Amino acid sequence: MKLLIVDDSMIIRRMIERNLDSSKFSEIETASNGSMAVEKFTASPADVVTMDITMPEMDGLACIEKLIAIKEDVRILVVSALADKSTAVEAVKRGAEGFLLKPFTQESLEEAFNEVLED
Amino acid sequence: MDTANVEIFIKGTANYFTEIAGSPAEIGTPFLKEDFQTKGDFTGTIGISGDQKGCISFTVGKNMVQDILSQMGEEANEDQLVSDLVGEIANTISGNAREHLGSGFMISVPVVIVGPAENVHIPEKLTTFVIPLKWGGHTAYLSLSLEKLEA
Repeated sequence: MKLLIVDDSMIIRRMIERNLDSSKFSEIETASNGSMAVEKFTASPADVVTMDITMPEMDGLACIEKLIAIKEDVRILVVSALADKSTAVEAVKRGAEGFLLKPFTQESLEEAFNEVLED
Repeated sequence: MDTANVEIFIKGTANYFTEIAGSPAEIGTPFLKEDFQTKGDFTGTIGISGDQKGCISFTVGKNMVQDILSQMGEEANEDQLVSDLVGEIANTISGNAREHLGSGFMISVPVVIVGPAENVHIPEKLTTFVIPLKWGGHTAYLSLSLEKLEA
């Protein structure tokens, strides 16, 4: 299973990578904005993606649509600080399977990630 | 900006430190900035647009950020990581405020500058509230420069 971590914050990318069980993944890639994520995903689609929303160049909501268009069954967990319900609803409408609010703990990340994989 | 808005950011700041930094921050009494100069090595600023306009700035010393990074299990010696976390703190506190302020409270990606918040240009007509906080023996400041736009 291949994982793509998309976030403009290096510390968040590192936290997600460190706090998830790496033995689950055959490969882990990272991207710091939506455009880079689409580029990497086009070259080699991931099975599961963690996606920030507020990013430069292309935001997470636009990126979700692009990834779904490339690989319909990709599983996407949004990891964002945007705490209003409408953002979570919009992300799900566009194809995300879960939403995790920042700041997150290792436990809440694992729980949200496992729910996305089990759906 | 009204005091109810200030309360939203006090709660958001307290929540961030409890969740991420391993222990709660001591949040001080907010005050009007006027001639007060915040002190710090880094300032992360979020531009606000939509229902309100202005900016939110988090000013902090490098030592405090390094201690938070250590709590997170990170090597704290990389300046890039320090700068990144300052931006992420400003982003998270600002984004979390949308739980109460709604999606019309639009936030930009963070911009991090070296130095205190007075290096950030704030339109003179905006009132700035400063929320001081202490954590791990260090002091940091969240500055709120916001104006609600008439519908």
